[in-house]
Amino acid sequence: MSKTFKVRVLRQPEPHSGSHWETFNVHHEDGMNMTTVMQRIAAHPVTVENQPTTPVAYDCCCLEEVCGACTMVINGCVRQACSALVDELLKDSPTGVEVSPMTKFPVVRDLVVDRKRMFESLKRVKAWVAVDGYHDLGPGPRLTPAEQDEAYPLSRCMTCGCCVEACPQFSDRSTFIGPAAVSQVIFFNAHPTGRVDRDARLEILSGVGGIVDCGNSQNCVKVCPKDIPLTTSIAKAGRDTTLYKLRKWFGR
Amino acid sequence: MAKQHVVVVGGGLAGLAAVMKLAEAGVHVHLVSMVPVKRSHSVCAQGGINSVNPLTRQEGDSEHLHLDDSVYGGDFLQHQPPVKEMCDWGPKIVDLLDRLGVPFNRTPEGFRDQRRFGGTLFKRTAFAGATTGQQLLYALDEQVRRWEADGLVDKYEYWEFLGLILDKNGHCRGIVMQDMFSMEIRSLAADAVVLATGGCGLIFGRSTMSMICTGGAAGRAYKAGVIYANGEFVQVHPTAIPGTDKLRLMSESARGEGGRVWVPRKPQDSRDPKSIPAAERYYFLEERYPKYGNLVPRDIATREIFDVCVTQGLSVEKERMSVYLDVTELPPGALKKLDGILEIYEKFQGADPRTNAMKIFPAVHYTMGGLWVDYEKDARTGGLVIGSPRNQHSNVPGVFVLGEADYQYHGANRLGANSLLSCIFAGLIVGPTIENWLKSLPKGKASEQSAALFDGAVAEHKRQMEGLIHGDGNENPYLLHQELGDWMTRCVTVVRHNKDLKACLSKIDEFAHRYERVSLSDKGHWTNQNLSFTRALGDMILLARVITEGALLRDECRGAHFKPDFDIPSPTSDEPSELRRQAEAWCRTFKQRNDRWLKTTIAKYTADGPKFSYEDVDTSLISPRPRTYGLKGAEIIEKTWKEQSSPAGGARREPTPIAAAAGGH
Repeated sequence: MSKTFKVRVLRQPEPHSGSHWETFNVHHEDGMNMTTVMQRIAAHPVTVENQPTTPVAYDCCCLEEVCGACTMVINGCVRQACSALVDELLKDSPTGVEVSPMTKFPVVRDLVVDRKRMFESLKRVKAWVAVDGYHDLGPGPRLTPAEQDEAYPLSRCMTCGCCVEACPQFSDRSTFIGPAAVSQVIFFNAHPTGRVDRDARLEILSGVGGIVDCGNSQNCVKVCPKDIPLTTSIAKAGRDTTLYKLRKWFGR
Repeated sequence: MAKQHVVVVGGGLAGLAAVMKLAEAGVHVHLVSMVPVKRSHSVCAQGGINSVNPLTRQEGDSEHLHLDDSVYGGDFLQHQPPVKEMCDWGPKIVDLLDRLGVPFNRTPEGFRDQRRFGGTLFKRTAFAGATTGQQLLYALDEQVRRWEADGLVDKYEYWEFLGLILDKNGHCRGIVMQDMFSMEIRSLAADAVVLATGGCGLIFGRSTMSMICTGGAAGRAYKAGVIYANGEFVQVHPTAIPGTDKLRLMSESARGEGGRVWVPRKPQDSRDPKSIPAAERYYFLEERYPKYGNLVPRDIATREIFDVCVTQGLSVEKERMSVYLDVTELPPGALKKLDGILEIYEKFQGADPRTNAMKIFPAVHYTMGGLWVDYEKDARTGGLVIGSPRNQHSNVPGVFVLGEADYQYHGANRLGANSLLSCIFAGLIVGPTIENWLKSLPKGKASEQSAALFDGAVAEHKRQMEGLIHGDGNENPYLLHQELGDWMTRCVTVVRHNKDLKACLSKIDEFAHRYERVSLSDKGHWTNQNLSFTRALGDMILLARVITEGALLRDECRGAHFKPDFDIPSPTSDEPSELRRQAEAWCRTFKQRNDRWLKTTIAKYTADGPKFSYEDVDTSLISPRPRTYGLKGAEIIEKTWKEQSSPAGGARREPTPIAAAAGGH
């Protein structure tokens, strides 16, 4: 009845402090996920050595895998904690679960990381439709169901960070903008109104940290929790930037 | 130097709509949010957004009918002018979202597709896959990022709102907030503060709401003097997947395609549900409502599931309440249509609902009540005076409230797919409202206040923080929260009895006392989430009292507030003249109830607990009538009511037949 399992968490009290592992015994509950594990540890923060400690700091919000907040590395895979079910994790790793923060962002504390860089990238690539204003000017452009089918998956990006965590080219030493932002360029460039900023976006992707930095490892598409066709976007971006450069070369 | 500032707290649909509208007008905005705004709770809305559209219009629909559905669904507890204005704006708002690039589903010809939702006969609901809320939020988030790039918006993400700063005249001059990483506490001067901080489902422990929906900000505003209205109206959705950390929505389409709800007749029968023979299964909805079967209206489904589990003890599991929602016997074609929602179950439960009966239970889903706001009625149109500084303005000058945090649009029960509309609508109209409010103020009012006002407020919050950090009692905030949630869910959700409400109130008193002895396991000053949660727990206990006492005082049934002891017995006679007499008596009692209770509940904070009063509701556009869907004797009641009320109130229009009673997704 009172089956327990071990959870190893990489703790880091502050951004510039060292990190250490702490292990907790957690009572198993049917249907339990990793955010529940974090809640149980918070309610009773005592390690296996019976040492009282602090609750593990972690981000979470919707717990339905639509907000992207609770992204962390669980048993070596980057994913959302809310959709990581303990029973499935234990099936692959019966000794317990290991949790650590994403490695591509500055750690704030424990599992909380600062993903500001991703939001800044969205600003750089003008990830918006530059409408005239918010007054009533009638409906937007008509789109075919096929166009909607292409746009919708790209629009589900939660800026969670899985793709850049898995990307060998993205790090604090590189300036690569990352798959998420590239895919947003494709999303907005495909929109009939969004297209007006097309060249400005392609200019960013043509520059330093742009599309040429992609090493084509295809890791991003494998870890994306929303199955966004990131490599398709990257391929399109490669083609579009080439055409853009040619147009620029010949004075369009 | 005397630049005016606006602070918007909360970056969900309502907050973001306000920010982009203000920025467009050239007003500088500080946007404060506990989470990166792209992660706000609005992302959870699945279903869609309502508006009259060219298609429904040609089927006889109109803004007036949308208003009618909304106020009928809300059991007439909303002031009608703001709801009218919202419904009038519906088509314009969906057009705007369309222009912003929301990938709405399309018809083969390329128009926006619409679906039908509960509470109406018309296909008013535009949708984007199964993630409409997420798609709308992203569109507004993108617009706000554009203004941020232009320098008109400063974002404070991972900053928590701690309280309002009021001057000696009770005018709001700014806020106190805390950096959730460094724990720095500081003030922001503001000539207008907009609270768009969402609902308070966490008071009920686990709900369909996000972990940030504590009601913390609303509780802090209430304590500072903002009125809390209609707190007792809390919408419970009948079918959610009970999780260990939260309750996730299961769309009612599972029942629409033929899913059946049942429990084993033997309490907590531990056999695999598949091996339980039909005779030992209790299909309670089918047995109790042979006509509607599993497709009874949502509020009835909610009450019956609750009754079977709580009153009759027939829950599938003892520890975790649930009933079976069974689609295992459906033909493959029907299952295919349900793929999207069945995947959600599979992802979070780890079991395939195509072969295993799903376990579901009702869950707190939306808080209709919230902070009180004013409006200015346009006598000519019956709607609002757009730009009036009174719109969305609370009773504290300079504090505006929007979205689920306000009480204004959904009355006693929210219509499905109206919440996304109400949030964006309120955000858009508060733009011109605040512009005019700022013009009416002498320039630079807030920033010219004495430093002592701001420093004093910051010092007070620092003192409170140290008090919590150094508390050395023996109460664990997480366990106390769990107890609060258990009591609130048991006593103040689906079925309410005064005896239970009284017991719950004294328990809340006990929780408030125990909260004084709360002790943190993290006493540090860096990214202390333990502190943030514990502080919100204090606000949850405060609002729990408002909700529970409001429910105790309101001796009637209205919308989501159901008290069986005060239900009006249905006409049942087989003899026509007696049936007629019973229906007349029903209508008389109904009228008396309306005279007494068709009022907004007003709760004001005092140190001794909330002080309650009641405010009349503006029903000038559509006369209240009995909400009879699913009621026995509905036909005779409606007929009698119509005859009795039409000579006097000749302006009343024909009631629309209403397809379903409650809102939600």
